[in-house]
Amino acid sequence: MPAHPAGPAAVLSAAGLSKTFPGVRALDGVDFTVRAGEVHALIGENGAGKSTLIKVLTGVYRPDPPAAPGAGVLTYDGSEVEFATPLEAQHAGISTIYQEVDLVPLMSVARNLFLGWEPRGRLGLIDFRRMHREADAALRDLGVRVDVRRPLRELGVGVQQMVALARAVSVDARVVVMDEPTSSLEPREVVTLFGVIRMLRERGIAVIYVSHRLDELYEVCDTVTVLRDGRSVHTGPIAGLDRLRLVSLMLGRELGDVRDQGLTRFSGSHDTAAEPVLRAEELTVRHQLHGVSLTVRPGEVVGLGGLLGSGRSETAKAIAGALPPDSGRVVVAGVPVRTGSTPAAIRAGVSLLPEDRKAEGIVPGLSVRENIALAALPGLSRFGLVDEARIDRVVATFMKRLRIKASGPHQKVGELSGGNQQKVLLARWLAMNPKVLLLDEPTRGIDVGAKAEVQKLIDELADDGLGVLLISSDMEELIEGSDRVVVLKDGAVVEELAGDAVTEDRLLRAVAAMPADVPADVPADVPVDVPAVRTASGGDDD
Amino acid sequence: MTVGTHSPRSPLGPPGPRSPVRPADGGTDADPPGPARAERVSAFAQQHGALVTLVVAVLAAWLSFDTFMTTDNMQNMAVSSAFLAVVALGTTFVIVTGGIDLSVGSLFALGGVLAAWGSRYGSAVALLLPLAVCGLVGFVNGLLISRSRLAPFIVTLAAMLGARGILLAVTDEGSRTYLVDEDSFFATLGQGKVLGVGAPVWITVGLFVAGAVVLRRSRFGQYVYAVGGNEDAAALMGVPVARTKTAVYTLSGLCAGLAGALNAAWLVSGVTILGSGMELEAISAVVIGGTLLSGGFGFLSGSLVGVLLLKVIQNVINQIGSLDSAYQQVVSGGFLAVVVVAQTWLGRRRRVL
Repeated sequence: MPAHPAGPAAVLSAAGLSKTFPGVRALDGVDFTVRAGEVHALIGENGAGKSTLIKVLTGVYRPDPPAAPGAGVLTYDGSEVEFATPLEAQHAGISTIYQEVDLVPLMSVARNLFLGWEPRGRLGLIDFRRMHREADAALRDLGVRVDVRRPLRELGVGVQQMVALARAVSVDARVVVMDEPTSSLEPREVVTLFGVIRMLRERGIAVIYVSHRLDELYEVCDTVTVLRDGRSVHTGPIAGLDRLRLVSLMLGRELGDVRDQGLTRFSGSHDTAAEPVLRAEELTVRHQLHGVSLTVRPGEVVGLGGLLGSGRSETAKAIAGALPPDSGRVVVAGVPVRTGSTPAAIRAGVSLLPEDRKAEGIVPGLSVRENIALAALPGLSRFGLVDEARIDRVVATFMKRLRIKASGPHQKVGELSGGNQQKVLLARWLAMNPKVLLLDEPTRGIDVGAKAEVQKLIDELADDGLGVLLISSDMEELIEGSDRVVVLKDGAVVEELAGDAVTEDRLLRAVAAMPADVPADVPADVPVDVPAVRTASGGDDD
Repeated sequence: MTVGTHSPRSPLGPPGPRSPVRPADGGTDADPPGPARAERVSAFAQQHGALVTLVVAVLAAWLSFDTFMTTDNMQNMAVSSAFLAVVALGTTFVIVTGGIDLSVGSLFALGGVLAAWGSRYGSAVALLLPLAVCGLVGFVNGLLISRSRLAPFIVTLAAMLGARGILLAVTDEGSRTYLVDEDSFFATLGQGKVLGVGAPVWITVGLFVAGAVVLRRSRFGQYVYAVGGNEDAAALMGVPVARTKTAVYTLSGLCAGLAGALNAAWLVSGVTILGSGMELEAISAVVIGGTLLSGGFGFLSGSLVGVLLLKVIQNVINQIGSLDSAYQQVVSGGFLAVVVVAQTWLGRRRRVL
């Protein structure tokens, strides 16, 4: 482990920690150390292993057995530990606030706060008066006044989050883990939270802080560890660490890195003069989107960029009717669509290829044919009876056109490769004759060859006059695949890049929310103990 | 702090000076002031609806039938309620964890037969044998549900069939009825009276008081609510979920066995044909008493009221000589439907807020 020269003792540290799930290596030899009185940011993109690391640290998951002596061990308070359950970790002094408020909504505030360590009086019975008094005091410390006897579910999400926080800090915690604590908080609640974090730091408690909001990290954290693909790629003080560099570490892209030509299969740009086929206006969803507007013209691929949690998927879902917006309009081919209704969106010609194709898309037990026909069935049946011959024709057409590799239309989709599953899903939506295609991470988790095929397909579809909205965490895919890129941050559009401005440098800047005219040189004295990443050359301006 | 009409939402401020009430500045998660009363009304209906209905039913029966409010009738009703109530006690714990136990009817019958059979070896055996066997069945149920993660419905359905099987084996296909010596101590547990009230009634009251203390005031009780309210969250908060579940099914088995034993003592024999459908009766009583079938919310006093309500309805229908006793079940069923619909409706109303 890279030892820091001085500073307080390490409270909790992991050395060469690995965690394997069937088929996935979620953590691959991660080193991580948090010290007393330190607020340690843990960041990384989706699937980087943050949640897994936290769950291993807090006893929810057991790490893989040590591969070599000293590797894969957890050290807490100077001695090697192994937490079998969350309870053991809690008793040891590690408490956690999870991203989703994980409390019991039907139980009262005080009962939630003290569940498992209620103050007890005679006969081992719970002393409710004391419990209510102490719960009230603990919440007042956080600036929350609430009747602690009320069921938790009657309170707002922000207050619930505060109850979780109070619970975490009132046990004699030495390490407090916060997983996206601000995602459901109002700005003033965030202020309170930061106050609490600073108080914890003063008390010498170590805080592990997971967030995608870079501003917050700079405001409240001392140290940052960047995870990528299950490895820790950077650890160091956050002060002086350039924002752009942080983003490039997260995304695994080098500034000024020469773009490898031909990695993606996208060809040139498309005709972009026509009237927009999709117009989203001021889409707003509480806590998630703040007035997102964008347009897609027929034959155009519009990229949607931004970090995880910036509102990319939410935007697509709001357009497709899967996420009811609080306000805003969706207009398809000049006709307003009723928002919050997937059938209405589908009728209007909007198709969404969801991010998680396993959970939201394919039906693995059904055949290729059935999967393709699923959504289009109403259009392919007459008087409620399915027109088999027409389905056969449609399925045959798309299997050929999308080059779906299956033994035949009756093979189960679950037996196909990821790329072919994705194509089946694509075929399902194309069978509906959409005008607009929303693709959320269409090439994630599929192998390189299939990726290129899907990318080529997207190109062809746009050439055929479809409007495509492409969400991707793959920078290259976004840059080469899109005619324009709309960049989101914290649920709002921060930048729109078109034509020649669609470059990696501009995109990284926009994602990091840095103005384009500020030079983004990395200060030379920033300690970089990152073997995996070559030294950044700093970004020269265009 | 009392809940006023417009202070239910906490003022969240920075740690410094605190404002007493935070105006709902665009935050939709602030509880609107108006529905606070509706909230209280629906909460009251959920918690005391069954009690109000019971009082009305008793008053109506009293006014309508001379034979209703007689000492004999009351005593009969109380004792016959006692056995169902003890079963419902265990069922309440199970349902609060979000589970279900279909085996209690069979265990009730098995408990009675085992008690009667065991009574020849003394009162202690008569009492402990059914507890041991039914408790063990409940324990195994609990293990299968919590450790092997099988569905409670299936596991306890299997136990229900299995327990019936054991019962038939013990009684030679139900042809043998074991008798209890009327002079034994065990028989007095069912037959005896204290202050003019049957012993089973006293035992039931005692069990409910103890059960209520455990459910409301002990840490185990908190675990029971937490597991039913949000199992994943409970696990993350360090609640021993598997142990809690195992415990409630064991408790349910114990209660069913005890109820069966007491019933055998009361009848001074182990009747084999009892108990079928009792699990559903117990579940009805618990749900009528305001416990949510989905778990996380419920209380024992409600279950007791639910049992009494079912028994009063049965009694009233018996009093109306012209009405076929089959209608008991129609009325009970209709009642249950009304309660479940009302619960769902109240629950939805409360959640919308």
